[in-house]
Amino acid sequence: MKKTNLVTVKIFEKTGVFGEDKDLAKQLRTEFLWPAIKDGRKITLDFSHVEDVTQSFIHALLSELIRETEGDVLDNISFKNCNETVKKIINMVVSYMLE
Amino acid sequence: MKIHIPNSAWLGNIDPFLRSFDASASGKLIVSAHKQWISVHPVVLSMVAALGLECESKNISFDRLEAKSIHYLKRMGLFDLLGVKSDIKITEHESAGRFIPITQISQVNRLTAFIEEMVPLLHLEPKQAKPIRYIISELTRNVFEHSESKIGAILCAQYYKKSNTIRLGIVDRGVGVHSTISSVHFVKNDSQAIQLALTPGITGTTRRIGGTDLNAGAGLFFIKSIAKVNRDFFMIYSGSSMYKLLKTGQDSRVKLLANPLNDKHSIEENLPYWQGTVVGVDLTLDKGAEFVELLNLISNIYSQSIKERRKKYYKKKARFI
Repeated sequence: MKKTNLVTVKIFEKTGVFGEDKDLAKQLRTEFLWPAIKDGRKITLDFSHVEDVTQSFIHALLSELIRETEGDVLDNISFKNCNETVKKIINMVVSYMLE
Repeated sequence: MKIHIPNSAWLGNIDPFLRSFDASASGKLIVSAHKQWISVHPVVLSMVAALGLECESKNISFDRLEAKSIHYLKRMGLFDLLGVKSDIKITEHESAGRFIPITQISQVNRLTAFIEEMVPLLHLEPKQAKPIRYIISELTRNVFEHSESKIGAILCAQYYKKSNTIRLGIVDRGVGVHSTISSVHFVKNDSQAIQLALTPGITGTTRRIGGTDLNAGAGLFFIKSIAKVNRDFFMIYSGSSMYKLLKTGQDSRVKLLANPLNDKHSIEENLPYWQGTVVGVDLTLDKGAEFVELLNLISNIYSQSIKERRKKYYKKKARFI
């Protein structure tokens, strides 16, 4: 069976309103994100209903992907339904990983 | 061990309390308190609880608890947590208040649920809850990731109506900041280790700029920055040193700085040795900028600091003579 080219991860279903569990973020990265990226699939991280995230959570979720792909992974990940706080923290992590 | 709960110990005047703590004779704890009145920061209670949890209940004694406000210790759950009987009664008409009682978090996988259950006890507006849960999450995760504390993390918090402030104390009895930082950085003493731990981009897990996949070296810097933007106190005590961020005056501009020694601060270097780490934070609620504005400020200085470290690193060249 052909795999669908788009993977959507609903963060709220994993974290609830506050994304702060770094171990969970690591698990999401290693079990969902990395395999999907290696398969050449596009990923949507859907943050609807997530009120807040910590910098540590987003760092654990994304930093290794950004570092290993020298930022190319960002062409394959979309961030959906992020509020201003979540957007700010994602941008912060992306920014310092690319500098 | 002996610890005396004084008449007054807030972050601004906590130094004499820290100087008076006696760390000798572990396994046995004597707690005494001011005779008339005790009025103390939650970090003081977290410290007393942490020391007590290292002793068997039968080896903990409370001396001369005569202060009128002593029921505060009962209400915050100190005796129950330590398994010590007390005759202090809390009468029904006393207000329940807005506080998180002294709580021991022994397993990190309980943290998300704890934050969900406990932060509502402070009855905060969503805007006010954001920095509080952020601080609790980052500080408690630090305990589990770095401290190896056998008692886990001990924390409590209290809302103070008069000053409209949340005060929070998180304590562990682990290896301490010096041990964690010195595993990857050269540091001479506790004070220097604390300074590095507060510097953006420095972590106790790697020397690599940008950190590991799990640590960016941002947690403590973020928390100190939240306190600074709010013009509040922040205190960290580990080993024999304590760093205290002092309040920024209302007439001064708040500028976040990468080097904690450039902030308005005080340092104590010869305190009784605290095995582990103690962190106390104040957060005045009506002064708080929107959390996202605060993140903007922190983000700018954090990125700038990482950029400068990278620039410095890549400037290094082999020297041929």
